[in-house]
Amino acid sequence: MTEMKNSPDSNGPLAARDLKKSFGGNRVVDGMSLALGPGEMLGLIGPNGAGKTTMFNLLAGTLASDAGSIHLSGTDVTRTSQQGRCRLGLSRSFQIPKPFSRMTILENVMTAAQNQAGENVLRAMMQPRLVAKQEQANVARARDLIDFVSLSHLEDQPASVLSGGQRKLLELARVLMTQPRVILLDEPAAGVNPALLDLIIDRIAQIHAQGIAVLLIEHNMEMIARLCPRVIVMAAGKLLAEGTPQDVTRRADVIDVYLDGAPA
Amino acid sequence: MEYLAYGAFFLTIAMTYALICLGLNVQWGQTGLFNVGVAAFVGAGAYTSGLFTTPAVVDRLGGFDLPIWVGWIAAALVGGVLSFLVGALTIRMRTDYLAITTFGIAITLQLAFQNLEGLTGGVFGMSFIPRAFGDLQGRSIAFNLSNFALAAAMVFAVYLLLQHLMRSPWGRLLRAVREDETAAQSMGKNPVSLRLQAFVLGGAIMGLAGAVQAHFIGFIAPGNYLPMMTFQVWAMLIVGGSGNNRGAILGAVLVWAIWALSGSIISEIFPADQQARAASLQIVVIGVMLCLILLWRPQGILPEARTSSRHLGKRPDKGPKP
Repeated sequence: MTEMKNSPDSNGPLAARDLKKSFGGNRVVDGMSLALGPGEMLGLIGPNGAGKTTMFNLLAGTLASDAGSIHLSGTDVTRTSQQGRCRLGLSRSFQIPKPFSRMTILENVMTAAQNQAGENVLRAMMQPRLVAKQEQANVARARDLIDFVSLSHLEDQPASVLSGGQRKLLELARVLMTQPRVILLDEPAAGVNPALLDLIIDRIAQIHAQGIAVLLIEHNMEMIARLCPRVIVMAAGKLLAEGTPQDVTRRADVIDVYLDGAPA
Repeated sequence: MEYLAYGAFFLTIAMTYALICLGLNVQWGQTGLFNVGVAAFVGAGAYTSGLFTTPAVVDRLGGFDLPIWVGWIAAALVGGVLSFLVGALTIRMRTDYLAITTFGIAITLQLAFQNLEGLTGGVFGMSFIPRAFGDLQGRSIAFNLSNFALAAAMVFAVYLLLQHLMRSPWGRLLRAVREDETAAQSMGKNPVSLRLQAFVLGGAIMGLAGAVQAHFIGFIAPGNYLPMMTFQVWAMLIVGGSGNNRGAILGAVLVWAIWALSGSIISEIFPADQQARAASLQIVVIGVMLCLILLWRPQGILPEARTSSRHLGKRPDKGPKP
């Protein structure tokens, strides 16, 4: 099944081949491959315990794979650290958002800016003009992104005041602040109220419209259907199916393992 | 007038502790690095400055008779380099392991101060360390006040530098890493490098503080750099307010005042033959003070203040609510 459209082209924005990961004797990802085309929005679905988040962590570099390879825009990043992959243009959100709770929304977003001279202690001391110039540019960009995720009225509040959905939006702004070429979004709709869900879907669609490739893990099939022309289904650490959301949700094996016997 | 001279003397010592405390605040208060070997970095700075600035001696190395300011710079550099070496080996460890390692290093260095006679003077220590404003030594008020002004100016300069750093992107990233390291890594940040920078900066300040102290007292010995010093500095930071540079300075003055006052009271109350044992009560007093602070005000007298980049400014217009 991995020889279908999903056959990894290592020159695409993101390509993974035969990834394997075990925890003790439990093989959580078992020979998964996937490829993300330029500007593509790809959905990754599957039942709980299918290995989606582990797959995500392998792609982001949060976990090291036991076997297989990962390429980012043609560069082999299999052994590259998480921070190294981010610098190469791969950015991710978390299933459970990880805001810097005691820092303001604006500071949260500004922290994500790349190549900040002032993040080195010596340059922060010795190059105040360069640091000031970069800070001013980063403030402006961070405010644009905070506007984009509709949190501008809260920018000087600590992130601890945000609701679950707002935290997802904050993560979206932080991800964009890294100026990524590929974004991995881990269940951006989980625990979000319906009013905010529409906003999140709209913002993800706008990000995609800018030509950024997106890999989206989600259980919300309505969101997947609205955003993703192509979906891959994982089960027991392996690729089970691939196709349009409509096609895969009609397949008997997908219905059996994921949709609890009832078609979506 | 005697009281004025003593007051200046007391405050000068307190200022040297304030410097050490500021160094520990960078490491623990801002970064969460559990350094239990503070005395080693202070001692390394003191001995380095002593080696560079004492007059030529026959029975040990050093004695280059260089100006005091050269000793200060050398002490800060050695404090920084020692921190880099220790940090490069230990900074990836969990907090408790870092504590055990730094404690071990402090004990090792203290023994080295004691036994490397050809370098440190051994148990007899290092004397004839040139004192700042040494030509005023005959006039105790002028001497102590001048030294206090100098030490206070150094504390102020280090305070301003640290405040500048805390309000820079470096300070922001320190807070981010302390709050959630995984999230910071996912944004392309390198927490190990950042922690190492904080550890080196803190160690350099401690080294400088050791030199300032040595050039005020004029004599150093291995007994000055026992784990007790580390305990005192930790008590100062916790009482004053961990994470707050002003709290670090306040804590240093306050705890040193209680230490000095309890010492005076003990010497008044107890007969001479019991004073050595009674001196342990000073530790008890500081310990009780620490317990009370932790119970009633665990964040310290001056809690960590919210710090923002000084470049943020005000938003021209707030965007609409969603």
